Amino acid sequence: MGDEKTSEELSVGPENVKQDCDQKDNGETGKTDKVKIDILLKATGNAPIMKKKKWAVDAEKQIGWIMEFVKKYLKLDPDEKLFLYVNQTFAPSPDQTVKNLYECFGTDNKLVLHYCKSQAWG
Amino acid sequence: MANDREVLREIWDGKLPICFQLDQEEIMEIQQPDPFYVMVPRLSYFPLVTDKMKRHFLRFISQENADNEMWLDYNGQPLKWHYPIGFLYDLYCGNDPQLPWMLTVHFTKFPEDILLHCPNKDVVEAHYMSTVKEADVLKHRGQVMSTMQKKDHNQLWLGLQNDKFDQFWAINRRLMESHGDNEGFKHIPIRIYADDGVCNQRLVNPKNTDGSRKVLQQMINEIYPERINVKLKTHGIVLPLDTPLQWLSEHMSYPDNFLHLCLC
Repeated sequence: MGDEKTSEELSVGPENVKQDCDQKDNGETGKTDKVKIDILLKATGNAPIMKKKKWAVDAEKQIGWIMEFVKKYLKLDPDEKLFLYVNQTFAPSPDQTVKNLYECFGTDNKLVLHYCKSQAWG
Repeated sequence: MANDREVLREIWDGKLPICFQLDQEEIMEIQQPDPFYVMVPRLSYFPLVTDKMKRHFLRFISQENADNEMWLDYNGQPLKWHYPIGFLYDLYCGNDPQLPWMLTVHFTKFPEDILLHCPNKDVVEAHYMSTVKEADVLKHRGQVMSTMQKKDHNQLWLGLQNDKFDQFWAINRRLMESHGDNEGFKHIPIRIYADDGVCNQRLVNPKNTDGSRKVLQQMINEIYPERINVKLKTHGIVLPLDTPLQWLSEHMSYPDNFLHLCLC
């Protein structure tokens, strides 16, 4: 659980994530006008785990963008499938926003998303 | 549980006349194709009702594009196949009604940044079932969907796909029941869309803190405290503001179990 304590900001494209993610500065306020939401990415089934699980993303980002990010992070082939689930129950539409999901399904100030490489929950 | 059965039937029977026309730039034949007219259920999805239309236009386009994914636009606005047809009409055409609804058919220049791909009807089914599950998580913590059998899920989908009211509602009624000792759902599955299509989904309780039934106006006050004269439209109707949310959810939800409301 140690690596879940800090979030890194996901404000750049997935292609730059390794180089450009800067550490979130908890003491600083008003540094950006964009609302960020903490997401926790958990592997399930046969999916490889992510070393960094907790990320801060723009509230308006869409699920499809998160999926691309995870695929890039895990170095999956572009045609490999990746499924994202909320509440370990349903797969949100790729055009759904992080904000809408957080508003309805967020717990403890974050949105938990499970990912896997094959269909896990129907 | 929904008991105004006539209302359910009226909503189910809602249809839209649509006139499909092939994009002029894609016509390769000297002879112009006739437009394709069809009545479609408001509650359905475009990939479920456009097979015949697609065949009608295929012989007028360049054969190298024949295997491309077809897509539709209204007035330059690409239409998302994963939204119900009636909702798309209310969203983009509701303030200036036009019948038949004139839509343009394309086989090239798929707008990747706007539309999701839909290679076959299984994708529509997967999207539909996932949305029903999400709605059930909001209403019953997902307990109804998870205790249903696979054949029940299939019946729900086939009822919608084949326009069979009784087949569909035999299963859907279970999703519309209230559980526990309190009347009503835990939360109301609801999505509210601005006229640019941006969706706002919030956790909405069917009751006020004092236990009374929450009506539409009270929800609007909570979600849009700064706006005045907010009207919401669904199934072509501007909803009376004193409608209880629980009743609305049981009777006016789309088959995916969500209320899809357009701000106007």
